[in-house]
Amino acid sequence: MITRLRASLVAGVRGLALALTALIGSVLLFTLTLVSVSLIPIGIGIFTTPPLLSLVRAQANSRRLLAAQWSGVRIPSAYRPGGPARGGLAGQVERCVRMMKDPATRRDMQWLFTDITAGATVALLAPALWLEGLFGLLLAVGLWKPIVEAGGTYWYTFLPVDSAGTAGLAAVLGLGWMVLATFVNPLLVRSHFRIAAASLTPSRGDLEQRIDRLTATRHDAVDTSAAELRRIERDLHDGAQARLVAMGMNLSTIEALIEKDPAQAKKLIAAARTSSAEALTELRDLVRGIHPPVLAERGLGDAVRALALRLPVSCEVDVEMTGRVEAPVESAAYFAVSEALTNAVKHGGGDRIWVDITHTDGSLRIAVTDNGGGGASVGAGSGLSGVERRLGTFDGVLAVSSPAGGPTMVTMEIPCASS
Amino acid sequence: MRVVLAEDLFLLRDGLVRMLEAFGFEILAAVESGPELSKALAELEPDVAVVDVRLPPSHTDEGLQCALAARRARPGLPVLVLSQHVEQLYARELLADGNGGVGYLLKDRVFDAEQFVDAVRRVAGGGTAMDPQVISQLLSRRSQDQPIGALTPRELEVMELMAQGRSNTAIATQLVVTERAIAKHTSNIFAKLGLPVSDDDNRRVLAVLAYLDRG
Repeated sequence: MITRLRASLVAGVRGLALALTALIGSVLLFTLTLVSVSLIPIGIGIFTTPPLLSLVRAQANSRRLLAAQWSGVRIPSAYRPGGPARGGLAGQVERCVRMMKDPATRRDMQWLFTDITAGATVALLAPALWLEGLFGLLLAVGLWKPIVEAGGTYWYTFLPVDSAGTAGLAAVLGLGWMVLATFVNPLLVRSHFRIAAASLTPSRGDLEQRIDRLTATRHDAVDTSAAELRRIERDLHDGAQARLVAMGMNLSTIEALIEKDPAQAKKLIAAARTSSAEALTELRDLVRGIHPPVLAERGLGDAVRALALRLPVSCEVDVEMTGRVEAPVESAAYFAVSEALTNAVKHGGGDRIWVDITHTDGSLRIAVTDNGGGGASVGAGSGLSGVERRLGTFDGVLAVSSPAGGPTMVTMEIPCASS
Repeated sequence: MRVVLAEDLFLLRDGLVRMLEAFGFEILAAVESGPELSKALAELEPDVAVVDVRLPPSHTDEGLQCALAARRARPGLPVLVLSQHVEQLYARELLADGNGGVGYLLKDRVFDAEQFVDAVRRVAGGGTAMDPQVISQLLSRRSQDQPIGALTPRELEVMELMAQGRSNTAIATQLVVTERAIAKHTSNIFAKLGLPVSDDDNRRVLAVLAYLDRG
């Protein structure tokens, strides 16, 4: 009984604290965010919204923490990764758009609204029960007198108090409230968190969408790697393997000829040497296609620099990352950049290309920009949709900005950690 | 001539030792890993080091890193780097200190024993030996650019050979013309590229690469 009473008192205090944060913090955040979002069209909102939304997230996260600590209610969090990656206006706009597009933002706003209405009410009930009960007792011990004398009948809850008798009834009712508080207070706090969870938890639809996406990207990944294996097998079979067979044949002919016709044998030796050199070249190209040696040796930054050196147009590479990302991501990013560069050279028509690689906040961002004619798009059959699929396997995204007249900017982002 | 050799594949290492010995080189050490190479380079003072790019324990570019470190410790230490693939990036790193005495060749080049040995001797003598693949990549990339575009096909040929690190005599033999003709071509090339004439082999390559590097 004592522990129950204590738990109830603690819940009362917690309810009060929750109600206060809701009525002060959430109300403030909700109104400010609404104002800020409505100011986006005139530009001011672009600067104010991201920091406000970050505060909203912090508020939601602190509630998640309390939910787990106080009532054991777990509220999953599913914010999309990403933070300030680029400076300047473009980076700010990007950040704002990314946060606004995140379905978690909509859920946060929904939660703020329920928090300041239903959430605050439920939380406030916990301390209110205790206070109302206490007030009933106080009425009975004499507080009723000055109150009634000053203002006539006083309504305590639903009881008209106008005499010592009715004040006694108020005490009974107050006791009733306190008994009720003892039993329901922890439940009230828990319901408050349940209400929060109802708005904050990613919906089933979101999860189903995510499953669909994972299925699709896994399919793509398996397809791509199977096709890749077939290509490698074919290249080996038609190329290096055939050349080695021819070399073996040449060598056995040489063996037969070496004494009879040394001149002819010498010619065949030269042919065999050429064959072996060609086999090596083919193998080298094949290896480059599977996993470029510089990538294995130096990582993404230098691999892209080496790639840039081989381009027929001048290409500036700027890399800002410490350590290396996981090998599969590194490889996907490399081939994506390679494809983007090939496109830029083939179709861009510009004479300069810039590649920017940054790794911040658990996400790898690459921008390939050329000063060409523009007009590129991600569509069926274009090389860029292949890149998109490749990145999709890692939850990466591709964005192409290419107005007619240029410039073309291909941006890729892959969430990943670096070591 | 005293050589330190680093190559992790036994067959290749063995073959290289045999080949170099056949041409009268003295093999001071034939090692198979980066740390061993660093130790050998520091202690044995070879006339030239022949180094594979990819070595244990990291199996990345350990050999190249060891070679670069050894050259920082002993500027001008002749190093010939061999690789399964050639990258301009690595070529630039080797040439960057401007001391000469560097080479960077595809492993396939050992097929032609004499040319390979010639390259080792050239590097040991403070010259350079750049793989034709590196040079042709550089030239093909820049061929649309103005100054290089102004070169005649013959001059381009000469420049390619020059960039590989060959002397005028060698170029003349290869192109079957007189040495005087080559000298005339080279001074034309330098004039067209706006580079001061220099008779130092190594300088010539550096000048060419530096120009190409300018983008």
